[in-house]
Formats: sequence, structure tokens, C-alpha cells
Amino acid sequence: MSRPEDTLPPDLHYNDTEARKYTTSSRIQNIQASMTHRALELLSLPSPSLILDIGCGSGLSGEILSSIPPSDGGPHIWVGMDISASMLDIALQRDVEGDLMLADIGQGVPFRAGSFDAAVSISAIQWLCNAESTEVSSSGRLTRFFNGLYVSLKRGGRAVCQFYPKNDQQRTMISGAAIKAGFGAGILEDDPGTKNAKLYLVLTVGGAAVDGATGDITGVVKGMDDVDVLDARRKHREKGRREVKKGSKAWILGKKEQMERKGKVVKNSSKYTGRKRKITF
Amino acid sequence: MKVLTLNFLTCAVKACKSSTSSFPLHPKECELVSDSIVPNPALLTNILPRVDWSALITISTELGFPTLPPTAPTIEELQSDEKMMAELHTLLLETQISEGSLVCGNCGHEYKIKEGIANFLLPNHLV
Repeated sequence: MSRPEDTLPPDLHYNDTEARKYTTSSRIQNIQASMTHRALELLSLPSPSLILDIGCGSGLSGEILSSIPPSDGGPHIWVGMDISASMLDIALQRDVEGDLMLADIGQGVPFRAGSFDAAVSISAIQWLCNAESTEVSSSGRLTRFFNGLYVSLKRGGRAVCQFYPKNDQQRTMISGAAIKAGFGAGILEDDPGTKNAKLYLVLTVGGAAVDGATGDITGVVKGMDDVDVLDARRKHREKGRREVKKGSKAWILGKKEQMERKGKVVKNSSKYTGRKRKITF
Repeated sequence: MKVLTLNFLTCAVKACKSSTSSFPLHPKECELVSDSIVPNPALLTNILPRVDWSALITISTELGFPTLPPTAPTIEELQSDEKMMAELHTLLLETQISEGSLVCGNCGHEYKIKEGIANFLLPNHLV
């Protein structure tokens, strides 16, 4: 199957005809619905919440969020971001309940710290791997997106992003960017090894351990049937350990990054950051 | 766009990240519509602690609503006071901005709102 990601940027690919085709196709509707239900199951929200829908498109996933019955902890309210104006136009015609925004997720997530209970994204973040001009890079777009998302989620919040990576390299690039932003990240694969394999990037903010379960993906999937856990973390952690001298430039940059993640106001870094002042006399 | 969403939005420009005046965004020449939504007390009690009350006061005076109490009600107060609950529901969820623009207090960038959809796309040099 051809990948639309390889042909055009998302705002141009989803023009009026493509957006209509996408929204009216019953096959796509079914797939989107099942993936949204799966994402909600992973989020396991106990009470009505405020959710960010990343790449909401015509609101196929949002509709499900607002139609959850009170017995299952719904109905949630949501804010959707999408880059395609045609998709949002269709969402308007379908009269969805959430708030819509025309925004490029690669430019960041413009919400203040701790706004959302959770975030979902269905078939969207693989678009971040494409950089359309020389002014932007795919890694820069991924970093801005995940940093913004990390700040806008509340502590203990979760994000579930279903995505279609082109290859293993894209998959590592996306999950690596999420980990670097501070998330506890894990990938859940449904129907592995088949053509219908679906990848869910499960992100957690602040690994607060609740009743024995750890705060990361292993805690999320605990108690679910038919889930095998492959943990490849220990190896990674030992490789990344390195002594940083207190007061050095790297130490200061690390601290600033940490504070930025908490949503604090941090001065921009420059080549002068961490330099000693000249002794005046 | 709901007033609740406006209470969470900040300016997307990179240089404004390090400024406190980039939040809240100031509504300018806004047309408001009212949309009836089923009241959901559980949702309001969940969201109330995260609402920035001083920003909400600023926004509601700028939109021309009657003044709010100077401090946010606690969750117990809200649960016992049905009138307060109904008023907050109307202000936060049912009042929506359909046309107009949002202005950043720091850089002055205007985000247009058309048919309730805010345009947050930025030129590359501002990101």
C-alpha cells in the first residue's frame, strides 16, 4: 500500500476531496473507532476529563470521546488540533462537540503547563517525520511536539499515540524523541507480525507508582490479557549514565531543560550560557 | 472555542515561552455564541483546580461578563452551591467564541478565530 506521507505534506494531502473520502469511508471509520476505543482503554480515565486530540482531523476519534456513557467515566470534553483546514471544515459540518484548532503539532503544543488529563492521537504523529522545507528538520519537529505535549499534560497524565511508522528507524526516532522529552514511553503492538499490526506509543508523565503498579507502560498494561512484556531498558540505562560536574555548562543546560519540562519560565540558552564573567579588575 | 479552552491557551511563539505576559491571550472584537451542553458536575469538579482563576477573571471582564468572585471556589463549595455550578458551566463550557481574534500580551501576535476555529499556524521564523 502506498503511504500518503511520502507524497505530500499533510495540509496539502488532505484537501477537500481527500478529507471527504477519508471521513465517509466506512472502513476507515471502523478502524479509527476501534483504535480510539483501544487508546481509551489504555488511558483508563475514571472520571470525565479534558483530553487533547492530536491530529483530530474530521473528529472521528473525538466523537467517540464525547459519546462515552457516564458508567464508563465519560463523557469527556476534548480539544482537537489539526493542520488540515479541509479536515476541520468537515468536522464543522459534522457538528462535533470538541473545540477545534488549526495548528501544526510540529510547531509545539501551545497550552500552559498541566492543562490536560490525557492526550490521544490516532494515525497522526508519523507525519512529523517528514520535513517539508530546509528550514525545519524532522527531529526538531518531533522534539518541539513532545516537549510541548509533556508540559501540557498534568502530572500522572497519560498520552496514547497510535502511529504508522514507515520503518524501524522512524519508530526508534519517534519513541526516542518522546523519552528525551521526559516521558516514560513504551510501545504496545496489536496483531504483531500481520499486515494489520498497529503500534501504540504509550506515554506517561511522572512515574508515580500506584498500588504496586509502576508508573510506566508496564503499569498501564498490568492486568490486561494477551499482553507480553518485553523490557529492553536496563541495557539502555547503563549506557546513558555519565558523570556531569556540578556547575558545568552541561549541568546548567540539564537543569534548565528539567525546569522547562516542569513548565517554569526559563531564559533562552545561548553560547554564553554557563560562562564565567570576566574579572573587571 | 470555549472559554475553558481559552483559559489554557498560551502564545505559540518561541520568544514568548519565557515571558509571563503571554498568558492569558486577550480576546479582541469577539462574537460570542451560546451552545447548550448537558451539565456535567463531575467534569467541572475535575477541571476546577486546574483553571487559572485570575486569568479567568481577566478573560471574563474582557468579554464583558459580570465580575466573578476574587478567589476560586473550593470543590466542596462548588458541590454545595448549585447556582455557582450552573453559572460556571455556562461561562466555561456553553459560552463559545465564534469570530474574532486572540492577542498575545507579550509579542502582540494576533490569532484569528473563524467559525470557532482558532488559527495557530505560525511562520517558520517565529517557531
